[in-house]
Amino acid sequence: MKRAINITLLPDLPDEVRSVVLDVTARLADMPGALLPVLHAVQGALGYIPPDSVPLIARELNLSRADVHGVISFYHYFRSKPAGRRVIYLCRAESCQAMGAVILEKHVMARLGVDFHQTTANGAYSLEPVYCLGNCACSPAMMVDDELKGRLTPARFDAWLAAEET
Amino acid sequence: MSITVYVPRDAGALSLGAEAVANAIASEAQQRGLDVDILRNGSRGLYWLEPLVEVSSPAGRIAYGPVEVTDVPALFDADFLRGGRHALALGATEDIPLLKSQQRLTFARVGIVDPRSLDDYRAHGGYRGLDAALATDAAAIVQIVTDSGLRGRGGAAFPTGIKWKTCLDALADRKYIVCNADEGDSGTYADRMIMEGDPFVLIEGMTIAGLAVGASYGYIYLRVEYPHAQRALEAAIASAEEQGYLGSDLRGSGKAFRLEVRMAAGAYICGEETSLLESLEGKRGQVRFKPPLPAIEGLFGKPTVINNVVTLASVPTILDHGAAFYRDYGVGRSRGTLPIQLAGNLKRPGLVERAFGLTLRELIEDYGGGTASGKPVRAVQVGGPLGAYLPASQLDTAIDYEAFAAIGGMLGHGGMVVFDDSVDMAAQARYAMEFCATESCGKCTPCRIGSTRGVEVIDRIVAGDHATRERDGVLLRDLCQTMLDGSLCALGGMAPLPVLSALDHFPEDFSGAVEPAAT
Repeated sequence: MKRAINITLLPDLPDEVRSVVLDVTARLADMPGALLPVLHAVQGALGYIPPDSVPLIARELNLSRADVHGVISFYHYFRSKPAGRRVIYLCRAESCQAMGAVILEKHVMARLGVDFHQTTANGAYSLEPVYCLGNCACSPAMMVDDELKGRLTPARFDAWLAAEET
Repeated sequence: MSITVYVPRDAGALSLGAEAVANAIASEAQQRGLDVDILRNGSRGLYWLEPLVEVSSPAGRIAYGPVEVTDVPALFDADFLRGGRHALALGATEDIPLLKSQQRLTFARVGIVDPRSLDDYRAHGGYRGLDAALATDAAAIVQIVTDSGLRGRGGAAFPTGIKWKTCLDALADRKYIVCNADEGDSGTYADRMIMEGDPFVLIEGMTIAGLAVGASYGYIYLRVEYPHAQRALEAAIASAEEQGYLGSDLRGSGKAFRLEVRMAAGAYICGEETSLLESLEGKRGQVRFKPPLPAIEGLFGKPTVINNVVTLASVPTILDHGAAFYRDYGVGRSRGTLPIQLAGNLKRPGLVERAFGLTLRELIEDYGGGTASGKPVRAVQVGGPLGAYLPASQLDTAIDYEAFAAIGGMLGHGGMVVFDDSVDMAAQARYAMEFCATESCGKCTPCRIGSTRGVEVIDRIVAGDHATRERDGVLLRDLCQTMLDGSLCALGGMAPLPVLSALDHFPEDFSGAVEPAAT
């Protein structure tokens, strides 16, 4: 892996992004295989990994920008754009399919007015597909941020949404 | 004296409102001036009864379930704290027939102990396997695991002892133990239940593996979809370190073992062992060529044992009770027990740990109670998204690695997803290809391109007339064969299994649109 040589070429970053990245890399850069933990920490702090932060992350970890970009784009969980205030992960895998996930999926999309990988216009919810949440005995399942829900139906989804919005 | 009430903190139970139930019990008890101690255990695996609340009594635990928040006042009115009668009462937990008939070795403590308490773990037989391992040498540990007949529970069913022997014999300044906790197959949740319900057993199993091959550092590669398991593991690792069960001097033996949880980032392929290693190294999770085997050249180029959660969690029992004890369970070359996960359209989905040898029908009908919808079972997918769809006529197949291979399926991680007769098998076949296309790491062509072409061909078959169906049917089988033979790993190499089994057993679903009447 190549060293990013010319550090003067780093793009201008908002102070918050710069300080988050430097704080994270100062803590984690020495771990073996640090890139995933670093990206998790950056996304944990900022909600996403700003594309402009890639050169700085690369420099701090002594990697090339391509290495960092390649990893971010490989993994479904990492996002390069801000998410809604809450991220809804809806399971599309077989066990949930056997219990009506396809109908639920259509209902959720219609209700929120978004497709997968999109965020509602008011910035409240992002909808992401997920392939198994390990809650297959309580299918269909969804996870909102890190809150798991099981035996979901369109009616229960609506009830949850109504409770969220009050 | 306070009465202990058990309310699971298992993610599945939480998904059904266990947290609110625990809070309601606490506040109701306070209002009534009752002294109640709420303990957050794992799940017993009887998910149709979750949230399952248990109450301690001199005669053992008494179960109530499924409990909703609105049931809580009535439970107190019925004096459930002393085992009072109530519509949700299930009697003694241990006597619930579908639990009593199980053979829980790996899951012996799940749902019973407090997953945050090392003392409770030890009080229930924990760390006796490690004591046995510390009293012997590395080669002897490997021999015991080999003799037990334990095979990898993650799906590939490779003999664990042989893997460990290869790593033990490899010379290196550093070796690693890696736990594959990237449980991505739909229909599987045994790993999650162990990590949330009995995390110390995994830590103990990994520590024993470290002693067996001479590794002093371990990683648990955990899927990001399991935040509850992450919290349980990190708490357990911290207390194991505090009490000398992890660290530079294990129980005064002078031997070292340390453990770290690493979070995955939502790539299914990282459940494949070599892409998992790439991911742990901070790279894209692309599959490696084998050889070299990870046991010889694995993580950071060092010899590495990589095993699934259930495999590692089975090791303490084997060390504690001996190889023969474990080997005496099971049939043929499938020894010991398998935690089977019942999922999909079932009345009673849940975890069933039994010795190998019982049939799919016993699992689905006796344990699972048939479909939740009440309609006939049409297909069962065993072994995750890469497993074959079996028709109802094959339900008498025994749970045995070889028996499944003989009918073109695979047992995999022991997950069974049941579908009723409303399932469209052409859509399921299409989904298998679509899933493979989404999750392919892109390294080899049969998987990367083949899966996309597979989706297209299935679409054409379903939409086409008789002639195109014939032609594209041949093409699809040919494509599947190329993927089976030419893919680098199990993703592309097995994604054709659900497709081919759907074609073979449910050809009527591929007949597509009704042909226009001849005019």
